[in-house]
Amino acid sequence: MAGNIIYRYDGSFEGLLCCVFESYERKEIPFAVLPPDDGQTMLAPEREIAADPEKAARVAASIPKKIGPEAAGFVKRAFLTCLPGKERHILLFLRLGYRQGPQVMGMLANDTVHVLFQAVNFLDRETHLLKGFLRFSEFDGALAAEIEPKNFVLPLLAPHFCARYPEERFLIYDRNHGAALVYRPYQTAIIPADRVELPEPDEREREARALWRLYYKTVEVEGRHNPACRRSHMPMRYWNCMTEFCERKEGQKNPPRTNRSGDQNQLPFICGS
Amino acid sequence: MDLFDKLKILTDAAKYDVACTSSGVDRSAARGGIGSAEACGICHTFAPDGRCVSLLKVLMTNRCAYDCRYCVNRRSHQTPRAEFTPRELADLTIGFYRRNYIEGLFLSSGVLKNPDYTCDRMIETLRILREEYRFGGYIHAKAIPGADRSLIERLGVLADRMSVNIELPSRQSLSLLAPDKSKASILKPMGEIRDGIRQNKTDLVRYRHTPRFVPAGQSTQMMIGATPDTDYRILNLAQGLYRNYGLKRVFYSAYLPVVENSLLPALGTRPPLLREHRLYQADWLLRFYGFSAEELLDPEHQNFNPYVDPKCNWALNHMEVFPMEVNRAPKELLLRVPGIGVTGVKRILTARRTASLDFEDLKKLGVVLKRAQYFVTCRGKSVPGLKLTRDSILRALLSSKELNLYSRDLDWGEAPQQLSFFGGAGPEREEVQRWLAI
Ligand code: SF4
Repeated sequence: MAGNIIYRYDGSFEGLLCCVFESYERKEIPFAVLPPDDGQTMLAPEREIAADPEKAARVAASIPKKIGPEAAGFVKRAFLTCLPGKERHILLFLRLGYRQGPQVMGMLANDTVHVLFQAVNFLDRETHLLKGFLRFSEFDGALAAEIEPKNFVLPLLAPHFCARYPEERFLIYDRNHGAALVYRPYQTAIIPADRVELPEPDEREREARALWRLYYKTVEVEGRHNPACRRSHMPMRYWNCMTEFCERKEGQKNPPRTNRSGDQNQLPFICGS
Repeated sequence: MDLFDKLKILTDAAKYDVACTSSGVDRSAARGGIGSAEACGICHTFAPDGRCVSLLKVLMTNRCAYDCRYCVNRRSHQTPRAEFTPRELADLTIGFYRRNYIEGLFLSSGVLKNPDYTCDRMIETLRILREEYRFGGYIHAKAIPGADRSLIERLGVLADRMSVNIELPSRQSLSLLAPDKSKASILKPMGEIRDGIRQNKTDLVRYRHTPRFVPAGQSTQMMIGATPDTDYRILNLAQGLYRNYGLKRVFYSAYLPVVENSLLPALGTRPPLLREHRLYQADWLLRFYGFSAEELLDPEHQNFNPYVDPKCNWALNHMEVFPMEVNRAPKELLLRVPGIGVTGVKRILTARRTASLDFEDLKKLGVVLKRAQYFVTCRGKSVPGLKLTRDSILRALLSSKELNLYSRDLDWGEAPQQLSFFGGAGPEREEVQRWLAI
């Protein structure tokens, strides 16, 4: 039943659910499921899967019913991961889930399940790390931060920071995925944002940064110096956006570390959920 | 003196306290306030020494009326002194917190004038944070031994976690090195906090709006290697503290000589980091793996094996319980297999409900097969061709670092004796209990 057909969907989570619908209706398993801007050329015929809200809603409703609420949350998170070919993995997982029911969530040694669990673990880990490593700067009373995550973590960071700073106005710009989380009391939105230029820090902001760098330098116990241990807990790819590692003049920020490349980093929209 | 100087001095003076966790409470900010807490704790950065930085850890002041021999802040030591005002420190904390530099504040202090006065200053700082800023972030406060009970109580309502440092693992060491402190002055506030937490739990059941008292529990810290106390003594003491005082954490701190004193290791002595590491491993086994201190060390073997971690050491001495069948073994036994951690056990228990597991599956579940393979079977079979000699097992259990250490010492002809694995003579707890009894 495995076909050599490629599904081309619109890049949204609902669009992916329509691919699941299609796969059942046609009794076929696509060879790949690709978003619109994925330029891979494969020697297989392509079919455009149009997003259909009604089909998407039917699939969305069936997941908690047939596979359980846990699985429903799980596939949503899987869609935020940076797993290559995540769409097809999710499709296979759901097909397995419809066959096995809720117990699929416990089939950790099954390859289809295992691959997705690992990807989601990475997403969760990166989210957790960024809750700590993210740095705000203050501009005119509002807060702004920039991050460079591999996974699309903004929807998962949103509840954390909104619960933490309910009275602030803030923005978190994801340089890699070209999106921003914006918050003002008490509203949240995730919007596409191609380029965000933050203003120059004022006197007060510069002082706060300098105090933090002083604290960071002082807190080390030199007799226990252990850079390898530090790297293993805090991978260097996060350092670029952290105040304590901005050693330029007056703590100016570092330029983006990665160049956005359109294809793999397109923005999955399941925000507002 | 400007804020930069104060921050530098008072950070420097506080950094030898190793506790910096922010775990144990879940809380969202109140409307109109700022700050939340997550039960798992959040690290905001890691210092170049590899330690997690979660809280702004500073002293209220490093002026101190006491003269503890091991401490940089002792009265007789020549060092620059500084003091935060409560307002200054509260503002600094909020400035850092808003920028997501920190999870909250870890506040300790030298004894300025007397314990009560010191405690008052700390309370005022926390009051500004909690009441004026409506700060909901994490606060860890050190109880100042000797302060009035009512002040400790007030501190406990404002803080999430409190700690009283044991500092030295025996009474003799304490009276020798901290002449102004006694075991009673340390254990008294510890007991008061324990009782306060218990009382608060029953109050909370009866009156819903009772303010929470030290919701993240209390912790303590001991110095390792400043005195001749053995691992056996230290671990038994830790176990006693977990059981009798309901502590959430005991921290171990490899002593790094910071002052010259004939009673202490000389300046320049390297801190016993491996020993500290072994104690943390053992502590983990006490808290999450169902081991007791008596299983890990005994009067004949008072110190941990430098080459093998405590869990492997136990396994090597109890080969009679292995190999166990992964698909059937109960949770408590799986936890004792080297190479399988708490998460691994959880995954095995889940996965084996729907499938019978083989060695490939174990890998997917995050089991370190290199170690675990000697201790388990899958569907009744071992890994084909596995050599079950003591030497091959031992080599597999050592990390490359430990292996280097082992072969180096082997050349020196010391290792065989070090490696005589021990079996269990009866434990002897009186010593610890005597020390613990108030
Ligand atoms: S009481 Fe002792 S340990 Fe505490 S700051 Fe003073 S001298 Fe140091």
